Amino acid sequence: MANHTEHPDYVGHLIPAKLYYVIWAILMVGTAITVFAATVELGVFNIVVALVIATIKGTLVVLFFMHLRYSDKLTMVTVVASIFWLFILFSLTMTDYISRAWSTYSGH
Amino acid sequence: MATSEIQVAERALQHHFADMEQQKETSTFGMWMFLLTEIMFFGGLFCAYLVYRASYYQAFVEGSQKMNIWLGATNTAVLICSSLTMALGVRAAQMAKPKLMIVLLLITIVFGFGFLGIKAVEYHEHWVNHEFPGPNFHFETGDPAHPPTDPQHTQIYFSLYWAMTGLHALHMIIGVGLVTWIVIVGWMGAFTPEYYNPVENVGLYWHFVDLVWIYLFPLLYLISKKHGG
Repeated sequence: MANHTEHPDYVGHLIPAKLYYVIWAILMVGTAITVFAATVELGVFNIVVALVIATIKGTLVVLFFMHLRYSDKLTMVTVVASIFWLFILFSLTMTDYISRAWSTYSGH
Repeated sequence: MATSEIQVAERALQHHFADMEQQKETSTFGMWMFLLTEIMFFGGLFCAYLVYRASYYQAFVEGSQKMNIWLGATNTAVLICSSLTMALGVRAAQMAKPKLMIVLLLITIVFGFGFLGIKAVEYHEHWVNHEFPGPNFHFETGDPAHPPTDPQHTQIYFSLYWAMTGLHALHMIIGVGLVTWIVIVGWMGAFTPEYYNPVENVGLYWHFVDLVWIYLFPLLYLISKKHGG
């Protein structure tokens, strides 16, 4: 495992297996924490905690398992663009649904 | 594996690329472009979830109480383990260890089937409890003191549950098929440390499906657990 320090005869970045095990362990612990956190009553912060943990886990998957940290800039831009577009989808849709109630305020 | 170095290089490097590294980067970029469309594909369902959850929060909470958290958490763990073996499998291909790659990918397939099996148990549970949208949909909270707020709105929760986990399960089935394909062509010696782009790309697909589940699990299973255990 250690004798791969000579000239690399492979393409791409060779990630140490140890790093994969560390990421795996963090993801497993994250899953346990998210299940535990859901049983604690935090009001509106339950969803915040759940999404923060999910996003940390997701970021680790993308950066290391999916090698984004070692990818070229074009690929990084592609990933950031997809997240950006996803938020356009969410935010423009929600501005519509949230503001619909405003016209019926007198009724409540 | 009997193919000579030159033949492998000829087969692997397409004439329109400068070198193997550029070829791999292009292939990875193409896969990410596809995954971008996948993000938007699932994004539409996540957006629908967001809108209806915001509108009918209480009905969603009641629906979510019907989820088996332990099966859901187990499946999350199964997928994370499968992602580890997948990542190590890609690494084995990169390090010219085809046998190790095949073993790791076979373990990945086993995890994949494990996930689908557990999901099938959950689906069966919901199905026999009439928690499937349609004419036979019937919803009870199980607590006579708290009748359902609005079963119609809980039905929307279950529609989204089946659609999102169903689409995810479909991706899992496709993923298992793709990994099987990699195992077969890998067995025939198709990959080298310079050319393992299909392994890398199927790995990306697999991790992406894992990523979707990482969000599905808290959003569908863990909405406000006043469960109390």
